[in-house]
Amino acid sequence: MIRVALPYHLRNLAKVGPEVELEIAGPITQRTVLDTLEARYPMLRGLIRDYATGRRRPFLRFYACEEDYSNADPDDPLPAAVAEGREPYLVIGAIAGG
Amino acid sequence: MSRVRVLVGTKKGAFILTSDGKRASWTVEGPHFAGFEIYHMKGSPLNPDRLYASQTSSWFGQIMQRSDDAGKTWEPVGNEFAYDGDPGLHLWYDGSQKPWKFTRVWHVEPSLDDAETVYAGIEDAALFVSKDGGKSWQEMTGLRTNTNTEKWQPGAGGMGVHTILIDPTRHERMYVAISAAGVFRSDDGGKTWAVKTKGLKSAYELPDPKSEVGHCVHRIAMNAKAPNVLYMQKHWDVLRSDDAGENWHDVGGNLPSDFGFPIDVHAHDPKTVYVVPIKSDSEHFPPEGKLRVYRSKSGGDEWEALTKGLPQSDCYVNILRDAMAVDTLDSCGVYFGTTGGQVYGSPDGGDSWSPLVRDLPGVLSVEVQTLS
Repeated sequence: MIRVALPYHLRNLAKVGPEVELEIAGPITQRTVLDTLEARYPMLRGLIRDYATGRRRPFLRFYACEEDYSNADPDDPLPAAVAEGREPYLVIGAIAGG
Repeated sequence: MSRVRVLVGTKKGAFILTSDGKRASWTVEGPHFAGFEIYHMKGSPLNPDRLYASQTSSWFGQIMQRSDDAGKTWEPVGNEFAYDGDPGLHLWYDGSQKPWKFTRVWHVEPSLDDAETVYAGIEDAALFVSKDGGKSWQEMTGLRTNTNTEKWQPGAGGMGVHTILIDPTRHERMYVAISAAGVFRSDDGGKTWAVKTKGLKSAYELPDPKSEVGHCVHRIAMNAKAPNVLYMQKHWDVLRSDDAGENWHDVGGNLPSDFGFPIDVHAHDPKTVYVVPIKSDSEHFPPEGKLRVYRSKSGGDEWEALTKGLPQSDCYVNILRDAMAVDTLDSCGVYFGTTGGQVYGSPDGGDSWSPLVRDLPGVLSVEVQTLS
């Protein structure tokens, strides 16, 4: 079971709590996690990754196990703690304001 | 009894204001989509409970929302706006060419023929249509392939299709306006388009002031009773066309400034038109700090200031291009929203004004539904 934590606005849009749990068969990578997330919650498509490029939106970051995976290869395996459900995969909205 | 519903898009959510036909007291519902920019909301003329909203965010991109119960509940619908093929390049601020990129939906325009069909004007400028109530979107490619798109360039707010007009007497005739490209007309339901900028002059913005393409058109408007008469608020200049956009001429007349963003036409009198002059392109607030709507009853040239109920000192708000609308009650109501969060309304064609609500987030768009 993979745990994914979403930012406030995406939780509201998907009508979910602070974390969602996903069953993923096969390798646990950022791509498989996000593909599975979007398949289960289609309203999130295009909001985390740009439709045209497939890349992370600039004001979002991806964290796990106190590391920043935002610019990592999306097909690299995520840490075992994420794959085993001990730690969540975090989608974070950049801090901004004034 | 008639009712009026005002759809207000703001920088931090959507609000729905309702009143009976007297338009003396208003109920405010919202915010819907709190925290998000709502560039535009509009209802279907065929099914007034069917509303569409363009919800945008620098963080999350574009979300399209649809309601089938007049805004009580909403559901996200399709948000993929894929250009048909390689969209190529357009002019960038620095003179270079830049690839086209979808950023947001500026304007939604429900069809006059089919409640499931809705058009969307997007940035970077293109026109899309959905025929399934917003679930999926297809580009109407003629707008980009028929015209000199390599010369289109963004205004300061981006290169968006911000205005879509459908001739209510001849539905296959459509107009779009783009900043900064110009006005375009289709006579075949959007398959092919032609530039309609003859008569526009942009001495401060373009090296060739009479260039066919590149004018920063802020808004165009029409009245159903005279659909060949179009009014335009350009970056500078207020203009009129009497021949469906073939020729434009200046009707700014005695306005204190002919810079501004919105323009609209009285629901029943095609010669009565409204603008809100702004001091200049670099000072986006009313001249002298006085918020004045100007009305012409002669199709332009001769304008009168409408001030009753509007702040006449220390007012430094702006009124954006999609933030003015009219109702169709016998005594035409006129409405506009400000960047300061006020929504003003006049139930008597502009003679007197009062705030429907005062302290919303900055208003991006205002649309009105007249309900029986």
